[in-house]
Amino acid sequence: MAGVAGGGARSDGPLKLAVPRGALFGETLDVLDAAGVDTSPLRGDSRSLIFHTDEMTLVTMRPSDVPTYVEAGAADVGITGKDVLLEQADRTVYELLDLGFGKCRMVLAGPRGDERMGETFRRLGTMRIATKYPRIAERYFEDTGRQVELIEVKGSVELAPLIGLGDGIVDLVATGRTLAENDLEVREEIVDCTARFVANRVAHKLRASEVDDLTARLRVASRA
Amino acid sequence: MIHPIPPGTRDVLPDEMRELRRLNRLLIEVFEEAGYGEVSTPAIEYDEVISRGERPQAASPYRFFDENGDLLALRSDMTVPIARLVATRFADAPKPLRLCYLASAYRAVTPQRGEMREFVQAGIELIGAPGADGTAEVIGVLEAALDAAGLDRTVIGLGHADLYRNLLTEFGVDGEARDAILTRLATHDLVGLEAELSEAGIGTAATEACVALSQLRGGAEVLERAREIGGDAIERTTTRLQRTYEKLLESGTADRVQIDFGLLRDLGYYSGAIFEVYDPALGHILGGGGRYDGFLSKFGPDLPAAGFSLYLERVHVAQMEEEARRAERTAS
Repeated sequence: MAGVAGGGARSDGPLKLAVPRGALFGETLDVLDAAGVDTSPLRGDSRSLIFHTDEMTLVTMRPSDVPTYVEAGAADVGITGKDVLLEQADRTVYELLDLGFGKCRMVLAGPRGDERMGETFRRLGTMRIATKYPRIAERYFEDTGRQVELIEVKGSVELAPLIGLGDGIVDLVATGRTLAENDLEVREEIVDCTARFVANRVAHKLRASEVDDLTARLRVASRA
Repeated sequence: MIHPIPPGTRDVLPDEMRELRRLNRLLIEVFEEAGYGEVSTPAIEYDEVISRGERPQAASPYRFFDENGDLLALRSDMTVPIARLVATRFADAPKPLRLCYLASAYRAVTPQRGEMREFVQAGIELIGAPGADGTAEVIGVLEAALDAAGLDRTVIGLGHADLYRNLLTEFGVDGEARDAILTRLATHDLVGLEAELSEAGIGTAATEACVALSQLRGGAEVLERAREIGGDAIERTTTRLQRTYEKLLESGTADRVQIDFGLLRDLGYYSGAIFEVYDPALGHILGGGGRYDGFLSKFGPDLPAAGFSLYLERVHVAQMEEEARRAERTAS
């Protein structure tokens, strides 16, 4: 039954906000604080996943799960990276605000000073590219008119070209240090990504004033 | 032995079937009482007929050849088959025509996301009744259907399909730039919308007007707020929405209605008023509809038309959630 309509997503009670753990966690808490949302319970070393404040319920999760929970209405609103939204572009979530922090770039990178990518492309008409973002990569190479063989990996993608799995990688780069440490260099910039505030489409309609109010507060907080 | 079924389809067993049947009967009774006669059409049609209704990129995903080599397609909703049926079987019948249905339709949605590839829709089509009167009649029947299903917390979002096309024409934006902006509006990507608008070079004031408009939703007061934003396109749309809203007030069916200037439906054939149905118990819409004036001319005489459809299984889930909620409240 659950498959039919995403049952169980209730819009009663406090607004549910999906908070991304990981790289965006700290700055997400900061911007929420600045917007007047009490995040002190999340700052301890609690293993809990759900935190209740007077105003709303904060639910912590992997950034890549945020669109899933928000689309289904299990969370009314959420914060996640644009990279996640692009990779899951088929999910119906309303993207309400660019929060500006968590800035990084999606890039095509290859071994430093190594012409393997160009060489394979010239002789085989293709490149083998390892990535954690197969849909973003696929769209990028399609848009730029190149045929590539994409290899999806889950962990440290920098490893792939170093030991011969692929000629290059498509990955998210914040400072570029990981790339440099692994003797990789940026060849092409694909897109800039920052943290975004998203909402479930039904919550956006049925809890309009709460969603609009939080959006306005986050807008001010993120511009400060 | 375990035999699989295709993703996005499912079996219905007696307990659920009994409840679905009860809901079916309630809905069809509401429709019949309002003067809508039930029709049934084949699940497979000639692709040439089905694809008339759709945008080229959204043709039926399920197509196959019959023994004569003719291309057939599974219907993706009932509006297109009924448009075909009206042109073929009711060409000379007095108008308006009132038809209703309860039928399966098929879409290639991604499974495991709360959407099914085969689903049942219950709905009505009102053919030959133009303007606010026709729209208000359709919304009135929708309200009666939601009442019959016991969904007292549902909200009907009411918007206008032509608003942004007209507004962008007014701003002098057309072609690819306009389509890109409409796509952002349809997916409600406000960050992308602002970027596309500023790329179109229409100036800060127009960009802000467009973004603000897309967030405008609520009771009758938003009509005034839309007017404050200004411009011919907004004025025209607001006047039309107001006329429809006043009709609903007259007939006492405006309680559930939320006016929504940000509403855009994905289906390509809508013109005029559009609406969607939300229930607080579900993260997905329960159904929707609108006016599709001009669409019937693709099949026969150009008749004004409007209709709605509800996703039967979702209405059922919402019913269960509301029942549980009422039980909880009685207990406490």
